[in-house]
Amino acid sequence: MIKVIIIDDEPLARSIVAEFLKGYPDVSILAECGDGFQGLKAIQEHQPELIFLDVQMPKINGFEMLELIEQKPDVIFTTAFDEYAIKAFETNAIDYLLKPFSKERFEKAMHKWEQWRNAKTSIQPQHANDFSGLEQPVQRERVVVKHGSLIKIIPVQEIEYLESADDFVKIHTKDGAFLKNKTMAYFEQTLSQQEFVRTHRSYMIQIAQITRIDPYEKDSFVAVLKSGKKIPVSRSGYPRLRAALGL
Amino acid sequence: MENPYSGKSIIIGAVISGLILGGVNTYVVKQFGFSTTTALKDAVVSLQFWFLGALIIGNTIRFYFPKQSRIIFFFGLVVTLTALWSVLTGFTLHFVQRRILGYSDFFELSLPVRVAFTLLLFTALSMIFAFLNILNEQHLSEQRNLEAQNLARETELNNLQEKLHPHFLFNSLNSINALVAIQPENARKMVQQLSDFLRSTLKRDSKEWVNLSKELEYLSLYLEIEKVRFGHRLQSNISLEESTEACKLPPFILLPILENAIKFGLYDTLDEVLIELKINCSQGMLTIEVSNPFDPETAGNRKGTGYGLKAVNRRLFLLFGRTDLLQTKAEGNIFTTKVLIPQIT
Repeated sequence: MIKVIIIDDEPLARSIVAEFLKGYPDVSILAECGDGFQGLKAIQEHQPELIFLDVQMPKINGFEMLELIEQKPDVIFTTAFDEYAIKAFETNAIDYLLKPFSKERFEKAMHKWEQWRNAKTSIQPQHANDFSGLEQPVQRERVVVKHGSLIKIIPVQEIEYLESADDFVKIHTKDGAFLKNKTMAYFEQTLSQQEFVRTHRSYMIQIAQITRIDPYEKDSFVAVLKSGKKIPVSRSGYPRLRAALGL
Repeated sequence: MENPYSGKSIIIGAVISGLILGGVNTYVVKQFGFSTTTALKDAVVSLQFWFLGALIIGNTIRFYFPKQSRIIFFFGLVVTLTALWSVLTGFTLHFVQRRILGYSDFFELSLPVRVAFTLLLFTALSMIFAFLNILNEQHLSEQRNLEAQNLARETELNNLQEKLHPHFLFNSLNSINALVAIQPENARKMVQQLSDFLRSTLKRDSKEWVNLSKELEYLSLYLEIEKVRFGHRLQSNISLEESTEACKLPPFILLPILENAIKFGLYDTLDEVLIELKINCSQGMLTIEVSNPFDPETAGNRKGTGYGLKAVNRRLFLLFGRTDLLQTKAEGNIFTTKVLIPQIT
């Protein structure tokens, strides 16, 4: 039996996927979810092999939901927005169905997935879900993180600074720090260069948070934030910081 | 359009003032006992150099109008031209009237009066030309502004109309696709609604104002389609005062506001979304309030007004020249967009 979950905020959009899946007797739809939160819960509960995922959904979008999952199922996107196609394929999606799609197109996607599934079990089991660093640098307006069992949406304006911590990045806000399973390079690509500056190998600051720059030992500086925190500025970070502040 | 400050009117003005000046000049000279011919010659010579002066003033101002120290410039111009006029007129009249008895003395005696009058005349002329020049420049810049505005208006309207919202269209078609199999009757109904909606969108004249009732029909159609898409999650309530019967509004104002409210409500909250429209019309002002639920905690990243509202605000400004006709406020978890349409009677 193949476990499948459908995540879309439009009931009729879910029902058409369900209807097309009737032609696959070994597929069993374990859940239909109307938003990313329900989707997350259902994925954790049922561990599906394949999900059908809409992009625009309430609160968190399909991509943001995927970021929060550790054991990622295979994904077929279903959306009316063709502008997300590149991003979708860069997350190693199996296919990208543009609404409205025909039964033939749907079957093609399923065929692609079956081929992929067979190849995956015989050759490289891990590679499919390697999402890291492959995403297109689309500028973010917010970052979604998991904090215990809670999901927190952080608008980028609320980020004070980012700090690298092993394989994670620590996102510091006035409400505390949150961990995100990404690299500094990823954030450097996806956060606006007008709003954020990397002052150090391990630090990136929101420019609007900086109140002043103080000298610190010889040849190095610290940036003082509105909250009073002092962030190191390295020798190579200093010119970047000056440029970002228009000095 | 033809420039009203040049051409015919200036020529007519010049001929009339020339005739008056010449007449007065002849009359005055005759009063001192000279013959009509002598008086006329005097007038013609004076007049001819006055015209020369006027021509120089007019063209100078037309081709070189200083931006700074205008007073010094005009003073210099008038004094120089008056001096030139005195010398030229003096020499010419001395030569022409050299055989007339007593004319030389008369001219010398009358010279201060002639110079004073010329000074006045040239000053007046400079002022008139300067004034005309300023008016002309203003007229041209107004015309430019008007053209720019018309152009902007047209392109903006085109852009707005072109945005027939492909996502709305494709998502609706997707819903129909699903309904065909499970509820064919509803599929048929939705095809009808979608067609009606598209037809009225395409048919709309971007300039002609529409009746409120017509606009509400159009919005209801849109709401019905969205309700099919989102199911029970989307609810709406329209409250309408009786006095709104005769009210009118420009097309393409309310739909973007409603769209924004629906999008905002649906994507910012997880629960049922109630979209409320409150409409009232009093003292020549149609007021429409559209409210939707939102989450104040996460709404920060949407920055309150989306692209749709910006375009509406711009349109209202182009139509009424006012920037205060679109207002938004957030109270608790309800976001309200208020639009005011002055009723032009």
